[in-house]
Amino acid sequence: MKARNVFGLALLAIVTIEACENFEPAAPKGHELLDGPVDGLSESENIRFLRGDVAFNDEIFTADAGLGPLFVANSCGSCHPGDGKGHPFTTLTRFGQTDETGNQYHHMGGPQLQNRAIPGFTPEQLPQGVGYSKLTPPANTGLGFIDAVSDADILAWADPDDLNGDGISGVPNLVSMKEYLFARPNTVEANGKYVGRFGKKGAAYDLHQQTAQAYNEDIGITSTYEPFDTHSRLAIDPEVSDQTILDVVFYLKTLKAPVPRNTSQPDILAGKEVFTQIGCAKCHRPEMKTGTSSIAALSNKTFYPYTDLLLHDMGPALDDGYTEGTAKTFEWKTPALWGLGLSKYSQGGGYFLMHDGRARSIEEAILLHGGEGQISNDKYKELTENEKLELIRFLESL
Amino acid sequence: MKRYILFFVLIILIAFPAFAQIDSTLLRRTEKDTSRIQMNMDAVYNRPFLTMGKLPVSVGGYVEANWQHLGTDGISEGHQFQMRRLTLFVASSIYKRIKFLTEIEFEDGTKEINIEFASVDMEFHPLLNLRGGIVMNPIGAFNQNHDGPKWEFIDRPVSATQMLPATWSNVGFGLYGKLYRGRWVYAYEAYLTNGFDDQIIRNVENKTFLPASKENPDRFEESFNGVPLITAKTAIRNRNVGELGLSYMGGVYNKFQEDGLKLDQKRRVHVFAVDFNSTLPFTKTWLNGEIAWVNVDVPETYSQQFGERQVGGFIDLVQPVLRKPIFGFEKSVINFAFRTEYVDWNKGTFRETGTSIQDDFVSIVPGISWRPTSQTVIRLNYRYNWQTDILGNQPSKTAGFQVGFSSYF
Repeated sequence: MKARNVFGLALLAIVTIEACENFEPAAPKGHELLDGPVDGLSESENIRFLRGDVAFNDEIFTADAGLGPLFVANSCGSCHPGDGKGHPFTTLTRFGQTDETGNQYHHMGGPQLQNRAIPGFTPEQLPQGVGYSKLTPPANTGLGFIDAVSDADILAWADPDDLNGDGISGVPNLVSMKEYLFARPNTVEANGKYVGRFGKKGAAYDLHQQTAQAYNEDIGITSTYEPFDTHSRLAIDPEVSDQTILDVVFYLKTLKAPVPRNTSQPDILAGKEVFTQIGCAKCHRPEMKTGTSSIAALSNKTFYPYTDLLLHDMGPALDDGYTEGTAKTFEWKTPALWGLGLSKYSQGGGYFLMHDGRARSIEEAILLHGGEGQISNDKYKELTENEKLELIRFLESL
Repeated sequence: MKRYILFFVLIILIAFPAFAQIDSTLLRRTEKDTSRIQMNMDAVYNRPFLTMGKLPVSVGGYVEANWQHLGTDGISEGHQFQMRRLTLFVASSIYKRIKFLTEIEFEDGTKEINIEFASVDMEFHPLLNLRGGIVMNPIGAFNQNHDGPKWEFIDRPVSATQMLPATWSNVGFGLYGKLYRGRWVYAYEAYLTNGFDDQIIRNVENKTFLPASKENPDRFEESFNGVPLITAKTAIRNRNVGELGLSYMGGVYNKFQEDGLKLDQKRRVHVFAVDFNSTLPFTKTWLNGEIAWVNVDVPETYSQQFGERQVGGFIDLVQPVLRKPIFGFEKSVINFAFRTEYVDWNKGTFRETGTSIQDDFVSIVPGISWRPTSQTVIRLNYRYNWQTDILGNQPSKTAGFQVGFSSYF
């Protein structure tokens, strides 16, 4: 072989090594993804975020690791793919409570149905005639911002007697505090109850409760926080460490808020106008502020979740006959609309909206609004086709 | 595992002083048997061995190492240097028509040390041979014929090594034989061995994953459930056309009883595979492929993450483009190569929606290889993978370059 060929091969090798990254798939743009940390985390916070990321997205539970024996899913990520909304495959069923006196079916496996089991075990069945709701897993994004909103702000948005006469009368869900939780600074207590803000009914006080309960009721994993096995209903050894749960809580708190897309397009700006005009923004509040947080990146920030974190009467069609906390069976917490347009990318390419995924499009979801949402529903029907399109494009841009 | 390492170290310590006293002119390569048509089932013995004088023992092995730089959706782990395999063979002619061969493999350094093959073969008749010990279950062709230097690709096929569990070997016994008729050879193999365990649906891969059973350290000592795994293959080869193989492997994978107590019903796994290879007469293009179907009885009340049916396969094309001396290696050959592979990890529909479960893997791997001799290959591959989750969300993409070598020694 001639020297020039040797030189050519060496040159090819150097170019291949130097340029190899250019032949690899590019990262999706930040606004196309729901996962990723908030800006401004410190190095030590990045380390905690990554630990939580691994526990949430990569850790698969097997029977050896404590899965079940009764469960709904075998990992956090299988319910929240890409930190987005879930699919009916992992929809939860909760049952056994019709009013604020609490769940009457604990002795029969309530409040959550574990509809799967490891081999050799039999999953739970819904008790005959019990009221239940199916709940599609929500997206995780921006939860730390919502966690850092002050109770005072949420209570200020409530209007239980509809004093302003706009037909909207949001109320907070008042829930009991789990013994392992620490109250936020300046939290508001009312007769031993606290403002809940997570879950479809707003029945979880904070992300610590939400995470420990999800390990327990969704995956069948006990912890020092939730020590009762869902099969035997007896306290057993912890199957996940406190550290892992706290890492996951930190991860959920520090996931970024969804980034709106194409916000300056005229049709999207027009849709935003329609959104306000037909009254959607009365419950789906565009703007909120965080208070002070132990995570500097979340402190005193303005963000845009499109929710008021309050319960609203959504009418008989959405009344499943099941509730939690002080919520009525027909009341649902206003879901945040941020990230709505990206939902289908975590739900297999199509939408599964509303609390149980029954709406297969944004329009269908709008038309399912009853009760306090009926006025906006009626106004939507009166819009021109173009205005409807603009509204939906705006919602998809969130 | 430690005892294997100690055994290996002992062999090395004994071998080096012994080797130093050997006249190297006594060492010679065993000639490959080219008098008869070779098939995939012959691969285990059809390797370059080194013998010494008239000793009835032959030794050999191969080594594989590579560099790679792969990225997934914009995230890369950077430059990676990998020692994928060091494999040692020892073969011995014990007596007329009685022979022994063992293959010990060190993967990823010493992360995995396995006896992949350790069998005594007794020939009663060309159509009736008994093999016993640790045997490679003849499912598909890759499991039988997987030596790194034979392939133009750095990664082994996903369908053969992750859907099928190559390299998959177990303790057991069986029969094999061949019948020659002119340009045709007909062959069969049939074995009863220890089999799978319930890790195939109890694993952190979060899918039905037959190779998970390889994690069971007791499988060379005892059967998980006492029911033998049946593996059978029949193959036909024409000297001018190529080889076609049909194989089946099946048995009970779960522990359905213990201490006389019933734990579950018997749950079975069935695997079917078709393999073929051929060299096109005019272009000398080498075609090689394999497709397999997996059926697993997964409890209906378990997670749908673990599929009841899988299908996957690969096709390789290797085109020699240059045969001339390079760097003084007189028999150098440059090949262009292309692999395409596909695995559907979970065929079925969601009970909740009736829509298809996805979890699909597709890969293409173009490459170029240089063989300074037939026993050594230097390879440059570029691979591009698409992997969807079970819901069918947008696939994650992995791609990058790999450069490496593999050589018999």
